[in-house]
Amino acid sequence: MLISMNWIKEFVDLRDYDNEALLSLIHRFSLSAAEVENEIALKGSDVRGVVVAEILSVDAHPNSKKLHLLKVDCGEAAPVDVVCGAPNVRVGMKTAFAKVGARLGEIDIAPRELAGCLSYGMCCSEKELGLSEDHSGIMDLDPVLPNGTDLKSVFAIDDIVFEVDNKSLTNRPDLWGHYGIAREFAALAGRPLLPLPEADLTAYEHLPKVDLDIEDPLCQRYSCLTVEHITRNVSPLNMRIRLFYCGMRAINLLADLTNYLMLEMGQPMHAFDSRRVEKIRIRRFDRPFTFQTLDGVERAIDENTLMICNGDKPVAIAGIMGGLDSEIVEDTTSLTLESATFDAASVRKSTVRLSHRTDSSARYEKSLDPEMTTHAIGRFLYLLQGIDSGVQVTSALTDQYPFHYPQVELTFTKAYVDRYTGIRLTDEDIVRPLKALGFGVQQDGDRFTVQVPSWRATKDVTIKADIIEEITRIYGYDNFAVNTTLSPLYPVRPAPEKTIEDKLKDLLVQRFRLHETHTYIWQYADELKRLGLPVEENVKLQGAVNPGIETLRRSIVQTQLCLLKPNAGYAADFGLFEIGRVVKGLKADGLCDEHKHLAITLMSRTADHRTLYFRLRDLLCALTQDIKHADPEFVPTAPAHAWEHPKNLCAIRLGGVELGTLGLLHPSVLAKVDKKASVVFAELDVPAFADIPASPIDYRVPSKYPGMEQDLTVISDRYAPIAEAVAQVNSPLVTGVQVVSIFNDLSGQSISVRISFAHPDRTLTGEEVQQVMDEIVAVLGEKGIRMKG
Amino acid sequence: MNERISALREQFEKRLAAIQSLQELEEIRVSFLGKKGLVTEALKGMGALSDEMKRTLGKETNELKSMITVALGEKLEAIRQLEEQRQIDQMPDFDVSLPPAVEAGSYHPITLVQRQCEQVFRSMGFTVEDYSEVVTDWECFESLNIPKFHPARDMQDTYYLENGQLLKTQTSAAQNAIYLKYRDALVKDGVPIKAIFPGRCFRNEATDACHENTFFQMEGVMVDRNISISNLIYFMKTMLSEVFRKDIRVRLRPGFFPFVEPGFELDISCLICGGSGCASCKHSGWLELCPCGMIHPEVLRMGGIDPEEYTGFAFGLGLTRLAMMKYGVADIRDLNSGSLVRLSQFVDDVQV
Repeated sequence: MLISMNWIKEFVDLRDYDNEALLSLIHRFSLSAAEVENEIALKGSDVRGVVVAEILSVDAHPNSKKLHLLKVDCGEAAPVDVVCGAPNVRVGMKTAFAKVGARLGEIDIAPRELAGCLSYGMCCSEKELGLSEDHSGIMDLDPVLPNGTDLKSVFAIDDIVFEVDNKSLTNRPDLWGHYGIAREFAALAGRPLLPLPEADLTAYEHLPKVDLDIEDPLCQRYSCLTVEHITRNVSPLNMRIRLFYCGMRAINLLADLTNYLMLEMGQPMHAFDSRRVEKIRIRRFDRPFTFQTLDGVERAIDENTLMICNGDKPVAIAGIMGGLDSEIVEDTTSLTLESATFDAASVRKSTVRLSHRTDSSARYEKSLDPEMTTHAIGRFLYLLQGIDSGVQVTSALTDQYPFHYPQVELTFTKAYVDRYTGIRLTDEDIVRPLKALGFGVQQDGDRFTVQVPSWRATKDVTIKADIIEEITRIYGYDNFAVNTTLSPLYPVRPAPEKTIEDKLKDLLVQRFRLHETHTYIWQYADELKRLGLPVEENVKLQGAVNPGIETLRRSIVQTQLCLLKPNAGYAADFGLFEIGRVVKGLKADGLCDEHKHLAITLMSRTADHRTLYFRLRDLLCALTQDIKHADPEFVPTAPAHAWEHPKNLCAIRLGGVELGTLGLLHPSVLAKVDKKASVVFAELDVPAFADIPASPIDYRVPSKYPGMEQDLTVISDRYAPIAEAVAQVNSPLVTGVQVVSIFNDLSGQSISVRISFAHPDRTLTGEEVQQVMDEIVAVLGEKGIRMKG
Repeated sequence: MNERISALREQFEKRLAAIQSLQELEEIRVSFLGKKGLVTEALKGMGALSDEMKRTLGKETNELKSMITVALGEKLEAIRQLEEQRQIDQMPDFDVSLPPAVEAGSYHPITLVQRQCEQVFRSMGFTVEDYSEVVTDWECFESLNIPKFHPARDMQDTYYLENGQLLKTQTSAAQNAIYLKYRDALVKDGVPIKAIFPGRCFRNEATDACHENTFFQMEGVMVDRNISISNLIYFMKTMLSEVFRKDIRVRLRPGFFPFVEPGFELDISCLICGGSGCASCKHSGWLELCPCGMIHPEVLRMGGIDPEEYTGFAFGLGLTRLAMMKYGVADIRDLNSGSLVRLSQFVDDVQV
């Protein structure tokens, strides 16, 4: 919202403040009330030397049809020759004239030749002076203004305009108009807030009331008044300048006045043509219909939308926008002025449904003070009468006020303030700002009772902590003493899962040189399509603004696969990992089944499938050995995702718990990524892994006596039976088994292993080693496995 | 001296002088000292000599033997040294000016700044909490004093899910759970609640160089008896000075967040210019860094904590923003790009 300092100064006497002092006050406002944007405009500072001038004569330009040769009286001894291209020049007209030596924005006015004739100055349009967008002709000023009068002495061209961030006003309905902002400035400057002049509406009590009935509790208050005999159509320049500086376009007097009131008091108003609203009813409808608003748009109205009606016929969407049919038109002579308050949530819901926010609805959404409605009408009439003295009021003030906010009274003690602030404020520090902001304050010893003013009591200030804010923000946070707490100390142990997560990242980065990446929580529809993969069925997002975002992911590997091709140029060999979230559909309670996973993908153009597969398998073993002091099991499993290889895919188990999968990429997907590369992946559940207790480190003293080694060559396409046989024999003499070689010949695959033996207390004998070897061979034999040779 | 002995000696010295390799050395050793070597041969036919002569000859032969042994040893050492020198001479001096070829992994920059922040807060006794990314309306809004259709919901565009849940828009979504988790320890044992909860947040908005729909925050809360605004300022100033490893000035401005009262926008003195004004602070000398405030009494109450007995502060640090500031990442989208050319640069960042 744009704020004019001139407007503020109408309500706070800051005449002794120069620009620097005003800027400093605006800065304090930003630190104490609401955020002011960095750019502060010094309006009019680039306009100098513009005076009132009278056009004495208008002659045709010898070389141009558009240009005219003027003689103007700008208050100097002799008339001045001017070349002017405006279409509206006429003899006797008074206009704004930039003399030689004047400055307009970036332009210094100097004698200048225009189509062969010299011009000693320039007649100006409103746009050229930065007063509006109007560039249709030069300004047509009041003929009573003396020639040579500095325009700035008549019109409020000089102003300081700053922008308050609307977001910082979300909780402050009272700051959506200049008067509320002025109250803050008054409190900060320690000066009184001047009253807002209003017309005395009691003078019209004898007139008939408007036919009004609030039929719906969503309308909290509705006040109206009818007025006739409006003769002026254009707003005074000073009002238009102010509207323009505050970002509004001047339309006509009545529309400008409603906008002016909204910017001044924060109260949205609406002017109806009285002929169209003879019986005002406020209600909702049982069934949906369409309604044309004054911007010409047909809008779908449903049964929840509150409407202002003339009898049964809707004429406005309450709090949002008037209808086209009831708008003020050319021949309107009588108007009905609406000043109302509607339920904030209802207005908000309607704007969401209609996808249509207006300056009016933005204010209603903030919970406006219903006490304002009649004052706004009084103020409107006061301003209107000041501009157009002939207007006649034709109704009594008609006001229905079914909903009252409760009067908020809060009691607190000095000790409460001390505890909350942590500093020692004086009674004066507490009382003064509250009074300045319009709160009623009574003090009884250490006890304070405050009455919250109506404009703060709609939701903003309801509890004691809100009072703390009022006191401290005016006191100034920069003035706070800064103290540490006196809380007792207790040891803090990090959560196990967090510790393990950090450890996993360290191992993957530092030991295995993988790269941590983040991918989104949703499936990458476009990228998946390029890989020939479907978007997997899962919980969907509603109404994402970004295209291609619709379904949550079930697997991090899936999103990781989308990173492979883009990174192919990074290195011939690389690995990615991510610890992130996936959602596996809904749980029985209807909530998302969210899991934290670790996903790893390795891609290589130098290692073959098998090598890469084992690289990742051993990496996983290293993780479990390092953190859990145990080896995982890998159990062949069936694919659950389209990118998983039908054959080389394993479930990863540790301590009987299934943690996730290790697998090779499906050839059809691999072909889309890179035919010549190998890709393997693994994904496991982090909390499940973290929860598995780590085996203790089992320290064994190595035997002092020489050990022995025995080789065994077994015909088997799997190593597992050998390990099982050794485990089954379970000899305390066996200290290790090592695979020496794997080879294939006519008899199939053979695996040579070297078994190490040692006795803790003495030298081994050949017989006892042979006995263990025989037992192992026997167990293998029982499994139907033969020895080679 | 026996002529044969002296002849042998001469012969040995002559041959020794000529050799150059270990192999030749061995050949000489065998030919003189071997079982059938020249020295042994020289003693043959000694039986015909007198005892006196035998003794003399034996002595001279032994002297010859030890002379040969010593000489061979010396020659061996000389050859070894020569060989070593030859190896050294042949060894080129390596070009250490070649570029390093260290293969390194990398952490995500968010992990790096998150760890740095966690370290600071842990040192001050805060626990680090984790929380889900999909949350309920209650967790993200209602329990934070943001009822349905509250205008504050406008401040953040939310990704709603078809089951009515949503992707958390702010790490504050964990507040209620954390209060409930630690309230007993607070109330019964007097243990203050001091927790930080980093996490990934989501906003339904279009992305560009400055806007991301997926980003990281780190929320922190402290609740105890008598926690004050003054304490809040102290903690923020101290922690941020630790995080940035330099003295930071902080400034509070009123800010509206329904879950705090009073609520603040916290600005820090510009990290680039120190407060004198520069392009990165838009010449204001200040950078808006994090929202904070005193926890709203209603939020404490919903967390099972009596606001008449306890007060607390809460703050939310933008980890993504912090990472961008710290590492000079200009385009926020780089962080979720998965692009290794970009991300592999963040090898580690140990703070000392």
